[in-house]
Amino acid sequence: MSARWRTGALWMAGLLLVLLQAQTALAHPQQGQAAGFLTGFQHPIAGLDHVLAMVAVGLWGAQLGAPAVWLLPVAFPMVMALGGMLGLMGVPLPGIEYGIAASAILLGAAVMLEVRPPLAVAALGVGIFAIFHGHAHGTELPAGESALLYSMGFVAATGCLHAAGIGIGTMHRWSWGQAVLRAAGAAVAVGGVFFVWRALA
Amino acid sequence: MNGGRASRMWGWALAAIAAAMSPTPAHAHLNSTGMGPVYDGVLHFVMSPEDLIPVLALALYAGLRGAGYGRETLFVLPGAWLLGGFIGLAAPATKGSVVLSAIWFLLLGGLLAANARLSLRVTAALAALVGLSHGYVNGSGMGPSMFAGMVVVGLVGAVFVVSALTAAFVVRLRAEWGRIAVRVAGSWIAASGLLLLGWAARAARGG
Repeated sequence: MSARWRTGALWMAGLLLVLLQAQTALAHPQQGQAAGFLTGFQHPIAGLDHVLAMVAVGLWGAQLGAPAVWLLPVAFPMVMALGGMLGLMGVPLPGIEYGIAASAILLGAAVMLEVRPPLAVAALGVGIFAIFHGHAHGTELPAGESALLYSMGFVAATGCLHAAGIGIGTMHRWSWGQAVLRAAGAAVAVGGVFFVWRALA
Repeated sequence: MNGGRASRMWGWALAAIAAAMSPTPAHAHLNSTGMGPVYDGVLHFVMSPEDLIPVLALALYAGLRGAGYGRETLFVLPGAWLLGGFIGLAAPATKGSVVLSAIWFLLLGGLLAANARLSLRVTAALAALVGLSHGYVNGSGMGPSMFAGMVVVGLVGAVFVVSALTAAFVVRLRAEWGRIAVRVAGSWIAASGLLLLGWAARAARGG
């Protein structure tokens, strides 16, 4: 292991230690604004359907390489926020649950099969899925929270999920890693099938 | 960027994330720091994301465009903020607008995400607009106080320091991934702006 990797591993271990000793936060007593950020941060990671799809976006981006690896995670939060805005404004969108489940199936299949469409097609597909996810979040957002901090937490969590997918996807450089990623894609697709079944039930 | 510097930057970034995610009891948003009006202004800026994020976005954008843009923004933004603040102090009391914040988030975040090629003059004009509008809202929202001018001075000092450090950090970035990370931050800011617009629309229709 090179010195650089060793240093990186040490920092990661230190980061984990710090995260594992989290204490009670008593911040922002005036208007519950910290609760707004944390609530917003928790929202995208609270639903497995969203988590699977967003991590899959990162995995797929890592498989496709540059520029998709950064274009997809840039496009997804912005289009998702557009969907969220439509949801907040009360603009109806039919078949949201099916759209979300389909996103898990198709993104999972894309990772499993290492599909390599033109960049515009990949971005368009991811953008369409993002609309469904954003709209679902937008209609679910609670009233009375700090809108700005909630929005920032919400977007940051989404970006972190993409980053997690990209981080996992870096194993694509090894042949065993490619196999693991394909298996992960299959797992995401199976999860999508489960969500369709649940939506139909 | 050589390996040692990249490794150190990773280290600092991870340490910063760790510190940010390790909550400790905080006593934020008090009316006074007890350290005088200048520090009250500094604290107000640091604890107000509707002020802080546009400054960060503008400084990140200026840094991404180069040192010349960073220098221009560094003096235009705090100068305009100071002017807007003192105009606001003399104006009737007003409250900040969520829609205005959303528009700034959307505009500045979008420019940053797209790495838009604005001219130096347009960037300076943008910095002046950001400074004037935010400074005005800050100044007019303070209410009558004999120390309000000093609060504005503290606030502007914080704007100067934050924009200087942020732009300088980005100007030095040479690694492609680092510059891309800055643009991703822009997309997050723009996305937050879009959601804010949605919140404002929902509030307008009584949701």
